[in-house]
Amino acid sequence: MKNLAELRKIKERALQRRQLSGEEARARVTVAMGTCGIAAGARNTMKAILAEIEQRQIKDVVVTQTGCIGLCEYEPLVKIQVGAEEPIWYGKIDAARAATLIAKRLIDGQPVTEWEVQTTHTS
Amino acid sequence: MVYRAHVLISGSPQCIDLGAREVKATLLEELAALGLANEVQVMEVSTLGHDEQGPELVIYPEGTQYVDLTADDMRLIVAEHLLKGRPVEKLTYQEPPSEPLPPPSAKEVRVVLDNIGKIDPENIDDYIALDGYIALGEVLSTMAPDDVIAEMKKSGLRGRGGAGFPTWLKWTFARRAESEQKFVICNADEGDPGAFMNRRVLEGDPHAVLEGMAIAAYAIGAQQGYIYVRAEYPIAIKILRTAINQAREYGLLGKNIFESGFDFDIEIRMGAGAFVCGEETALMQSIEGKRGMPLTRPPYPANSGLWGDSTNINNVETLANVPKILRRGAEWFASMGTEKSKGTKTFAIAGKVARTGLIEVPLGMTIREIVYDIGGGVLNGKKFKAVQTGGPMGGCIPEKYLDLPVDYESLAGVGSMMGSGGFVVMDEDTCMVDIARFFMEFTQDESCGKCVPCRVGTRRMLEILERICAGEGKPGDIETLEGLATYIQDGSLCGLGQGAPNPVLSTLKYFRDEYEAHIYDKKCPAKVCKGLIEFTIDPEACIGCTRCARNCPVNAISGKPKETHVIDPEVCIRCGICAQVCPVDAVHVE
Repeated sequence: MKNLAELRKIKERALQRRQLSGEEARARVTVAMGTCGIAAGARNTMKAILAEIEQRQIKDVVVTQTGCIGLCEYEPLVKIQVGAEEPIWYGKIDAARAATLIAKRLIDGQPVTEWEVQTTHTS
Repeated sequence: MVYRAHVLISGSPQCIDLGAREVKATLLEELAALGLANEVQVMEVSTLGHDEQGPELVIYPEGTQYVDLTADDMRLIVAEHLLKGRPVEKLTYQEPPSEPLPPPSAKEVRVVLDNIGKIDPENIDDYIALDGYIALGEVLSTMAPDDVIAEMKKSGLRGRGGAGFPTWLKWTFARRAESEQKFVICNADEGDPGAFMNRRVLEGDPHAVLEGMAIAAYAIGAQQGYIYVRAEYPIAIKILRTAINQAREYGLLGKNIFESGFDFDIEIRMGAGAFVCGEETALMQSIEGKRGMPLTRPPYPANSGLWGDSTNINNVETLANVPKILRRGAEWFASMGTEKSKGTKTFAIAGKVARTGLIEVPLGMTIREIVYDIGGGVLNGKKFKAVQTGGPMGGCIPEKYLDLPVDYESLAGVGSMMGSGGFVVMDEDTCMVDIARFFMEFTQDESCGKCVPCRVGTRRMLEILERICAGEGKPGDIETLEGLATYIQDGSLCGLGQGAPNPVLSTLKYFRDEYEAHIYDKKCPAKVCKGLIEFTIDPEACIGCTRCARNCPVNAISGKPKETHVIDPEVCIRCGICAQVCPVDAVHVE
């Protein structure tokens, strides 16, 4: 990268890739994988999510990771964003819950209110 | 012998009380009757976690948990699960329906932590998508080093590692210093017990720290940076390594960054877990490969730091603030916080509070708002007693200062400090002498031993505190503690020694009556110190159920069934099991 203009180009490209639109990616699943998340079992949660997605042959969902969002009590935490909707965080998602969450939220398209965690803060 | 199944049965006092022994006997009988004794191993373990639903057992390799068992249930499980391999669903442990999760307070403001939760820390494009490295690009393309420092001055950012030294001034000293080469160090040796603010930033937003370091390096004229991070943070180290490699690939670290002629690269140095290595001079000794011990200051690192060259050391959180300030402007940053303490601060809330975890709030928020509005109040509706801020060298702040704004000056004014952001809430059941003893144990253990007042003085203070907690306090102990505290503060080179007496001094200042109760009345008001409490059975309330006597690990309780039981204080080890198991709350602590 040589200058600011090139950096901005990378930024545009990266932003586009984050957009959830069209056929390729209709939803993004994010697992909090900080030390606290991993200690609470986030690796098993991640495995269960990937297994569920593979088993059900879902092709248009992106699975990614992030750090600790501060609600360590509720780890493992999983965030699901569907299309242009506001992303929702879910707390205490162990492997069993992860499979249910994926099936309900992404296959049946149902809201899953019982594990929802609100993270309202200003940024 | 190789077993095909293992049964772990809980032998906790509660489970035994609920019939675990009978269940175990039935299990062994049934296994023998069905000829399975050589195939199934039975082990008694201390507890399996659901004592109140005992008797409880787990069968491996499946890991099936059974609770609330009777001898009849056991026969069924042996016949079905262990013989035929069909778990008995109706007897397995069912997770209780989860409680609704309360919403966090909207009082949190995220600046340092803004990206965390939104980006993948192992993907540099995610950071760039949210304006990452734009600040570095603009600084290198449009600003002179002095402009950068001027902007930092306007922002009012102060060191987030503890002392609160103005960041711009630190950079100015390093910039002005004459030196063949200069270094920038990121202090990621986060060691305060229970504090993990920096780990979270390193793991969640590593590029913010790298970008902050590059900007600092440009401002002071350094070409090499080091991140000193403790080896106990393996995930943070792995993520940092990935981030550094990705930044190099994009040319954001290395030679001629943004074609500005500015070269800068970063290496990681791992600390071996000595608390004192968070002190800047000890940290540099450790990077140089020497034993981590503090040096006399002056000369300060800006003039004679790493290998004698000019060095600028900032904390993780300080550096993570830098790109945001330069991108969004000093005015924006200075609009948050108080007159002298600008911006936000992350805290690790721990202890007796309903919602523990990590928060970020504007400086100047009151202790009450942090504990009650964000922390959800004291755990189990107990009464607030004190909050300990500033880590093991900080102080305890009592209830009367609940409305104190949390900023550098206010905390120092009541005998505590900001520190790196520890925030331990204590309730009415906390003994302040015991707390002081706990922190003194920590600092005594972590003293590097270079300064005699710190090495020997903290040891003597700890011994006195241990004596007081054991009920052997003597008149004059408080005065000796105060005297030692002064010597240690005056006679130690670094913040560890200078701050080590703080927990004792602040608890003496606000809770002197508790020390006096321990020493003169031989009482622990919070009923914590084992040497000062006694368990007795109320003869009026005791129903003679024998439960306490059966559960006492040292057989200190005597009494016949249906008659009043008595505890022998000479034998009693004050473990409190009798009080836990008594069905009529007849066991009292005095």
